[in-house]
Amino acid sequence: MSATLQTQTEARTMTGAEIVLQALKDQGVEVIFGYPGGAVLPLYDALFQQNAIRHILVRHEQAAVHAAEGYARSTGKVGVVLVTSGPGATNAVTGLVDALMDSIPVICLTGQVPTHLIGNDAFQEADTTGITRPATKHNYLVKDIARLAGTVHEAFYVAKSGRPGPVVIDLPKDILIGKGPYAEAPQAPHRSYRPQTEPDAQMIRDAVALLKGAKRPVVYAGGGVINAGPEASRLLTEFVRMTGMPCTNTLMGLGAYPSTDPQFLGMLGMHGTYEANLAMHGCDVMLNIGARFDDRVTGRLNAFSPHSKKIHADIDPSSINKNVKVDVAIVGDAGRVLAALIEAWKAEAAQQDKAALAEWWRQIDAWREKRCLSYVQQGSIIKPQHAVRRLYEITREMGRDTFITTEVGQHQMWAAQYFGFEQPNRWMTSGGLGTMGYGLPAAMGVQIAHPDALVIDIAGEASILMNIQEMGTLAQYRLPVKVFILNNEYMGMVRQWQELLHGSRYSESYSAALPDFVKLAESFHAKGIRVTRAEELDAGIREMLAHPGPVIADIAVAKDENCFPMIPSGAAHNEMILAPGQTGGVAGVTDEGKVLV
Amino acid sequence: MPNSNDTTFRNATIAVLVENEAGILARVVGLFSGRGYNIESLTVAPVDDNRRLSRITIVTSGTDMVIEQIKAQLDRLVPVHKVSDLTLEGPHLAREMMLVKVVGKGENRMEALRLADAFRARVVDATTESLVFEMTGAGDKLDAFIDLMRPIGLKEVSRTGVVAIARGASGLA
Ligand SMILES: Cc1cc2nc3c(=O)[nH]c(=O)nc-3n(C[C@H](O)[C@H](O)[C@H](O)COP(=O)(O)OP(=O)(O)OC[C@H]3O[C@@H](n4cnc5c(N)ncnc54)[C@H](O)[C@@H]3O)c2cc1C
Ligand SMILES: Cc1ncc(C[n+]2csc(CCOP(=O)(O)OP(=O)(O)O)c2C)c(N)n1
Ligand SMILES: [Mg+2]
Repeated sequence: MSATLQTQTEARTMTGAEIVLQALKDQGVEVIFGYPGGAVLPLYDALFQQNAIRHILVRHEQAAVHAAEGYARSTGKVGVVLVTSGPGATNAVTGLVDALMDSIPVICLTGQVPTHLIGNDAFQEADTTGITRPATKHNYLVKDIARLAGTVHEAFYVAKSGRPGPVVIDLPKDILIGKGPYAEAPQAPHRSYRPQTEPDAQMIRDAVALLKGAKRPVVYAGGGVINAGPEASRLLTEFVRMTGMPCTNTLMGLGAYPSTDPQFLGMLGMHGTYEANLAMHGCDVMLNIGARFDDRVTGRLNAFSPHSKKIHADIDPSSINKNVKVDVAIVGDAGRVLAALIEAWKAEAAQQDKAALAEWWRQIDAWREKRCLSYVQQGSIIKPQHAVRRLYEITREMGRDTFITTEVGQHQMWAAQYFGFEQPNRWMTSGGLGTMGYGLPAAMGVQIAHPDALVIDIAGEASILMNIQEMGTLAQYRLPVKVFILNNEYMGMVRQWQELLHGSRYSESYSAALPDFVKLAESFHAKGIRVTRAEELDAGIREMLAHPGPVIADIAVAKDENCFPMIPSGAAHNEMILAPGQTGGVAGVTDEGKVLV
Repeated sequence: MPNSNDTTFRNATIAVLVENEAGILARVVGLFSGRGYNIESLTVAPVDDNRRLSRITIVTSGTDMVIEQIKAQLDRLVPVHKVSDLTLEGPHLAREMMLVKVVGKGENRMEALRLADAFRARVVDATTESLVFEMTGAGDKLDAFIDLMRPIGLKEVSRTGVVAIARGASGLA
C-alpha cells in the first residue's frame, strides 16, 4: 500500500458511533428523534461532540417513531430514530409497524448488547431483529464494523426507494465503540433490491385506451401519490383536469388532489362520501393510482365495483391483484406513471365520449345533492363536525400553511371529512394500523420540520392520553403544536360500533376519570383552553391559534354523535348508512360482517 | 383475502435465489407463516459461494391469485435476487432424497432388499438387524417406497424436501 493511500485510510478510521453519525450526515440527516440508554451511550457521546445533527429528546420511544413519521410525511425525507436496546427497541415496535402499514420511510437505530453477549439473556437484551422482522421493510444486525457505514447507507436506500418503509439497524455496543473504516454511499446499484419505477409503455397505452373509451370513469388515488412526491400530486391534478374525470382520495391520499376542486368527490370508503362510493360502485373504468384496495375502501369484495374495468398503478407489484383482480396492471412510480399517462393521453387520437361523461357528471351531481356530510348545529352543544369545520374555515381565513395530524377514532374521520387539503404532505394520520397516540408525536415531528407552520393535532380525549407525555417534549423545544381535542367522553368510534352492532351495550368505552385538560396543559407549561358552548367555539379556536406556544384546546362536543356516512363491515358501497334524516340504502349488518373489524 | 371468483387451486414449486446471509430463512418462513401461506416443503442451501447466493425451493399451494401474491411478496424481500415459478414456467425436474431405516431379520430383510432393488434405493448402512436405504426421486415414488417398507419393519425416515430445476437451457442465476 502506498503511503498516501495509507494515510487516507487512516484518516477515515473512526469509532463505530462516529461512523454512524458521519453516514447520517452524508445522507442529509439534520434531526433525529431519540431516547438514551446504556447500549447507545457511545452514540450519545458522539452526538454531544458535534453540531451537524440535532437530537430531539422524546418522552417515550413509540413517540420517537411517530415523530419521525410526521417529519418524513411532511417533508418527503427519511425520518430517523435512535433508541436503546431491550425496552427502548420494544417500545419502538408500534411505531415501526405503523410506518410499515402506511409506507413511511423511517430509519430506526437500536442499541444492542455487545456481540459476544448476544444470545445470553444479557441485561436489556432483546432479539430486536427477530422482533422487528415482520415490523419493518428490512432490518440489519451489524456484527462487523467494516460493514457499518455501508449498512447505514444501504438502509437509507431501502427505506426510501420503491415502496417506502421503516428499516431497523441494530447496533451492538462493541461495534459502536470499536474502530473501523468509513465508506461513502456506494455508486453501484444494489445487489438485489431494484424496484421498477418506469412504467411499461404498453400498459400505459392500454390504460389510456380504456380511459378514453370510458363512459363512467373514476380516478381513485391514494397514499402512493403522496409517497411519490409533490410533483406527482401536481401531475394527478393536471391529468384529472385534462380528462374531466371525477377523482376521489383514500384517507392516506388526502391532499393529493385539491379538496376545493369541483372534480373532487371527497374521500371514499367506510366513512367516505355518498358520491365517491357510488361513483366507485357505478363506474365502468376505474384508475387506481397509488392505493391498495384496502378493506376500509372496498367493503365487501365480491360486491366491489362490479361492472368496471380496473387499472392499477402501484410501485409495489405485491399490491396489485392482492385483494382485487385488475385488468391493466402498471408497475411504477405514481409520478412517472402520471407523466406517461398525460403524454399518452395527448398522443392518443381517439376521442373521449364527452356526452357520456356529461351524463355521468349529472348522475354524480344528483348523488351530491344528498349532501351526505350535512349536519345541523343547533343550540349550545357543539357538534364535532362543526368544530372541525370551523377550525378549517378559520385557519383558511388566516392563510397560514397548516398541517393536520390526528389520533384515531371518530375525530379522525371527521377531520378527514371536514378539513380540506389543497396540497400534499399537509395531512398526517395513522391509516393502516390505526394507532391511537399517533397524532401528538407526529405533530411534534411536523413542527420540527416546519418551525413556522401551524401544526394541529385533531385528537380524541381517549387517544390523546396514549402519548400525552410528549407535552413535555413540546415544552422543552418550544414547539407551538395545538392539540384540538374533540372531547365526547367516549371512545366514540368504539361506542358507535357498540351502538350499531352490539345492541348499545357500551362495554368499557366510556372515558371515565378524565384529567382536567386545562390543568394538564398548564402543568406541562402549555396553555389550556376549554370550550363547552357552541357560542364560544370560534373565540376558543382563535385564542388557540393566536397563542405563540403549545396549546391544548379541550372542546366538549356532543357525546353521542355518530360518524356517517358509514359502510358497515361486510357491506357493499351501495349499502351505505347515512346520517339520520338523510335517506339512503340502509344495510343490516350480517353475522359475516360482524366478524370483520 | 382473494376475490371470490378466484377459486382455481394449484400447486407451485417456486425457486428463490437469495443473498446468503443471516436471517434470510427466517424472513422467508416468517413471510409464509405471517401471511398464512402453505409450505409443503422448503429446502435451502448455498449454491454459489463466490456470489454468496443460496437457493430456496418451496413447494406451496393456493389459488392462482395467492400464488401470484406469494411470488410478489418473496420478490420484494430486500435480499431476494430472483423468484421463479417452476410449475408455471414450463417443464421442470423435482427431486427429493431420503434415508430410510428398516429393522428386521430373515424373510423381512430379504423382502426389503428386493423392493429396494426394484426402486433403485441403495443400501448405505447395514447391521445384522437393520438396513439404511438412500433413495432419490419424485415425492410420490418416495411415498410408495415408505408405504411398502412399513409392514416390513420401517423404523425411521429422513427426507430432504424437494429441490427442483427447469428443464432445458434456461437458468435462474
Ligand atoms: C378508524 C379508521 C377508519 C378508516 N376509514 C377509512 C375510509 O373510510 N376510507 C379510506 O380510504 N381509508 C380509511 N381508513 C384507512 C385505511 O385503513 C387505509 O390506511 C387506507 O385506506 C389506505 O390508503 P391507500 O390505499 O391510499 O394506501 P397506502 O396505505 O397509502 O399505500 C400506498 C400504496 O401506494 C403504493 N405506493 C407507495 N409509493 C408509491 C409510489 N411512489 N408510486 C406508486 N405507488 C406507490 C404502495 O405500494 C401502496 O400500495 C381508515 C382508518 C382508520 C384507522
Ligand atoms: C392503540 C389502540 N388501541 C385501541 C384502538 C381501538 N380504538 C379505535 S378508535 C378507539 C377510541 C378512540 O377514542 P377517542 O380518542 O376518544 O376518539 P373518538 O372516537 O371518541 O373521536 C379505540 C379504542 C386503537 N385504534 N389503537
Ligand atoms: Mg372520544
